[in-house]
Amino acid sequence: MATDQKNNHSKTPFFDPMLPRSFRIVRFQQETAETFSIELKPVSGQKEFFFEPGQFNMLYVFGTGEIPISVSGDPTKPEVLIHTIRAVGNVTRSMNNLKVGDSIGVRGPFGASWPIKAAEGNDVIIVTGGIGLAPLRPVIYHMLAHREKFGKIVLLCGTRTPKDIIFHKELEKWYAGAELEVHITVDTALPSWRGNVGVVTTLIGKAHFDHSRCTAMVCGPEIMMHFTVQELQKRGVDNKNIHVSMERNMQCGIGLCGHCQIGPRIVCKDGPVFCYEEIKGVFTKREF
Amino acid sequence: MKLESLAKILKEHPFLEGLEQHHLDFITGCASNVVFKKNEFLFRAGDPGNLFYFIREGQVVVEIYIPGKGPTEIQSRGKGDVTGWAWLIPPYRSTFDVRAAELTRAIVLDGTCLREKMETEHDLGFILMKRFAALIAERLEATRIQLLDIYGDRSKK
Repeated sequence: MATDQKNNHSKTPFFDPMLPRSFRIVRFQQETAETFSIELKPVSGQKEFFFEPGQFNMLYVFGTGEIPISVSGDPTKPEVLIHTIRAVGNVTRSMNNLKVGDSIGVRGPFGASWPIKAAEGNDVIIVTGGIGLAPLRPVIYHMLAHREKFGKIVLLCGTRTPKDIIFHKELEKWYAGAELEVHITVDTALPSWRGNVGVVTTLIGKAHFDHSRCTAMVCGPEIMMHFTVQELQKRGVDNKNIHVSMERNMQCGIGLCGHCQIGPRIVCKDGPVFCYEEIKGVFTKREF
Repeated sequence: MKLESLAKILKEHPFLEGLEQHHLDFITGCASNVVFKKNEFLFRAGDPGNLFYFIREGQVVVEIYIPGKGPTEIQSRGKGDVTGWAWLIPPYRSTFDVRAAELTRAIVLDGTCLREKMETEHDLGFILMKRFAALIAERLEATRIQLLDIYGDRSKK
């Protein structure tokens, strides 16, 4: 029921969690009009950055501010750290203006990971909304690297329009391949779009997976996760097998400041990945 | 396709699951196979809505034409989906265009014929109304979520 691990730094040497390490941008990729990926390498010290899928870093744009961003890269390739970011606030817009060679501060990795170990032997259904695909991409990389350990893997992606689809090339590759069942839908489209139109929850009924023996991982806007959970429940998926990634105002990253508290949980330390059974009492409640 | 295999397909369709044989026989009598080429219309907005479809293969899109913008896709329907309920609700006219986005095979049902049967056979009428009500509720919920624009920029008020 619980996520795989919390605050795992087992492979990384000790760093002061409150002190940003300096990383350099080695690659910049514009994913959509307002979403971009940056590849980072440490300026000094250990060359590898180990993390568990689902964990996040606090990224610091010097002189502007710090924000929590999930790692979107491949956990089997720790030599490069990748984050995918949507430019919607002051810090992320500043980050969007950075260039290859610029420096950025990194604290982390923090938080609980997706339940990859617990999912072994099960079918896995991954449901993403918008940029919610980014925190789950490391899960897909991991599962593809250990394909024999998992049953069917289904990826359902929803976005606003075809122009908002991130990781285009990889999605095309996964769609064409036999290792994943991929369905993509957009909320609205022009007739030139050849795929599904409608909300991502409508794809769940089309997906082929064992409802009684599956692990569901859901990431996207909280309201999208709310309806996705309802749809999974309708089809008999147990709350204990549904996992969601929560987004709150994370600041310290280590559970000290309390800014990201949601009911009895601290999202940066206990989450951001939660088993739905653990947080169903506070999920989408206006009081929290 | 023979009537026999059409009956089998309809009997195995989840939407008609559990119906009594004589009801299935009647529904089968109202049904036939159809094929739509890409870009052919199943429905046009404003036309009499006398039919509905069980999609067997392919994909159709529910569209609306927005003057100045052109056709805009609202939702898509694929294999296993049911499309069309204008035949059930007065004034029995289609509200949207439904276009085949690719070669699409479907079973078409004569809604007018079925509606008249439902008026006299209330058991069948009640079962089908319940199933269409669930379908309409599902589509309404999906539309409401779409209207929320959940992926929009939440920092813009």
